[in-house]
Amino acid sequence: MSTILSFLTRTRGTTRLSTTDVLTYLYLTIGTIIMFGPVIWLVLSSFKTPTGLIRFPPTILPYQQETIIVEGYDDPLEVYDVRFEDGSTRRLAQIRRVGIEAQMIDPAAPDDVIRVNIDQRTPVESIVFAAENYTEGVSRFNFGRYFWNSVVVTIAATALTLVVNSMAAFALSKYQFRGRNAIFLLTLSTLMIPLSVILIPVFLVITQIGWNNNLLGVIVPGAATPTGVFLLRQYMLTIPDELLDSARIDGASEWRIYLQIILPLARPALAVLAIFSIMWRWNDFLWPLIVLSRTEYFTLQVGLNSFQGELQVQWNLILAMTVLTLLPITAVFAFLQKYITTGIATTGMK
Amino acid sequence: MTRVAPPLQRASPNLVNRVVNSIFEGFVSVIDRLMHPLQNMLGVNRMAYIFVLPNLIIFGVFIMLPMILNFSYAFTGGTNLFPNERPFVGLDNFAKLFACGNFLDANTCSEDVFWRAVGNTSVFVVAQVAFMVVISLITAMALNRKIILRGFFRSVFFYPVLLSPVVVALIWKWLLQRDGLLNGIIVSLGGERVPFLLDADWARVLVILISVWAQMGFFTLILLAGLQSIPSELYEAASMDGANGVQSFRSITLPLLMPTMSVVLVLALIRAVQAFDQVFAFTGGGPGTATTYMVQYIYSTGFSNQTREYGLAAAASVILAGALLLFTLIQIRVNRSGNSGAY
Repeated sequence: MSTILSFLTRTRGTTRLSTTDVLTYLYLTIGTIIMFGPVIWLVLSSFKTPTGLIRFPPTILPYQQETIIVEGYDDPLEVYDVRFEDGSTRRLAQIRRVGIEAQMIDPAAPDDVIRVNIDQRTPVESIVFAAENYTEGVSRFNFGRYFWNSVVVTIAATALTLVVNSMAAFALSKYQFRGRNAIFLLTLSTLMIPLSVILIPVFLVITQIGWNNNLLGVIVPGAATPTGVFLLRQYMLTIPDELLDSARIDGASEWRIYLQIILPLARPALAVLAIFSIMWRWNDFLWPLIVLSRTEYFTLQVGLNSFQGELQVQWNLILAMTVLTLLPITAVFAFLQKYITTGIATTGMK
Repeated sequence: MTRVAPPLQRASPNLVNRVVNSIFEGFVSVIDRLMHPLQNMLGVNRMAYIFVLPNLIIFGVFIMLPMILNFSYAFTGGTNLFPNERPFVGLDNFAKLFACGNFLDANTCSEDVFWRAVGNTSVFVVAQVAFMVVISLITAMALNRKIILRGFFRSVFFYPVLLSPVVVALIWKWLLQRDGLLNGIIVSLGGERVPFLLDADWARVLVILISVWAQMGFFTLILLAGLQSIPSELYEAASMDGANGVQSFRSITLPLLMPTMSVVLVLALIRAVQAFDQVFAFTGGGPGTATTYMVQYIYSTGFSNQTREYGLAAAASVILAGALLLFTLIQIRVNRSGNSGAY
């Protein structure tokens, strides 16, 4: 026993686990369940059939009662294990239920109807992943269209944000010009204003330009992010001016300096901004909801929301579609995880 | 775009690299040739205006202009959307918001929902920020220890940050509904079903817990970075001097983490004041007005109520912007003092 314990508490070094270590792992394990459990539950639930979903208390895995097609009956019959008074059990199919009595037949001998008390039967179940939630959802929900719109918005907006913000940050960090401080302070002061507060006037501006029901109306307004300008400027300030001066002596134009010196050196900050922008745009809800009213322009989030309104009780489809919207952002996170965790820490907040 | 992702470059053979580089080089030459006359005309320093221009145009049209328009909405009345069709009413909108018999009782106000929203927001902000900071700090300290699976745990705690407000609300509604998993566990342990989503007190608490769930990963990461910047020699020296864990936490960790903590505190404050979409998708502001916050008041007054009172909504948003500006100023001050100190 003590050897098992010492094996379990062995850490990479020679020291044994201390109480603090045990508490740490306990905390992290409980934390993992709380942080990730709900998402796992969503994924598991998305594979359940409508009848599986309304079961209470819910099962963890998607169980489904087995059915059997018996000659002489149109619908598939539900299969039960029935325990008789003499202690024997038989696997029977149920024809119908009347009160507390169920009429069953043996699939092998479908002619004899056996009447049993409903307490005697237990349903025969197997784990079935209801993939039809996904296939049916995708066809009814117009997933392809919404997905495409979301991809277009996310990529175009992120590209635009990176270009526009990095140019502005370059100017604000590397040049002395009149109005520089005014522009920078203006940017800073709007850092904290949520879009939802100026929703009505922005809507008015969009309407005047004629960008209602146009993906441009979703892409462009959010591109001049104060956060992005601020983050990139702070990072570019750390690039030494001597580099720029020596490039100028070598005859490089300002654009060449921006493209070939500043951008490559600011790569970590650009990566952080890119990740944030992808996250913001993919998950953005309120803004597309207001700009886009025709379904062919809907993004995934807006589509998902209206899907919930349309099909109030069809949780199986809603859950499956929610899982699909999670996949791309999860994939991006998995690939760029290193940048996110180190990037926020080193460039984001200093 | 290819420049943002070095892992791809590292994995790919030299040929791809060379092609990408030569395409980029060609692109640079084209831009260079196009922009050269401009630079000759303006001079090096004034090129800054060209660089700042695209951002400034978008910023001006979609942020500055709307903010000015919003201001004009706050001082005009009527239900027309176009500013030139709205009559000037002075401070009427503000007067209506502040028309209260007794400021401690929302029922005596003509705009009682506004004051309820102010009250709800205040309670939410204080409780949520306090809980968020404490739990993020504990998590960051746990993740900062020498543990196995560190990267895994770090990702797990960050993951909910990636989820959209709609999805967060949906996940939790699904868990907390009448026949959901949580009630399932309670009933199988012999308890009674809890009406999580129908009870005002539960809704208030859950909104706080869920927003902490969704955002804490972000703050944990910032705090973790702060913890990692504390030199480990300090702890070694302290333990040699016989300091225990609590002592070194109080005399090393807390003081050296203060600048990071203040950033986290202010960011969390601002986010909490702005809370909207996730709460809206989760409770819709209910039951009743139990979870109606300021941004939702603005949204529903201006956008979704039967009579769209743009003026009233704008006035409320000017008040909110004032509060946010105050927090920003505090942050700038705190940052300044923080920078001269530990950084």
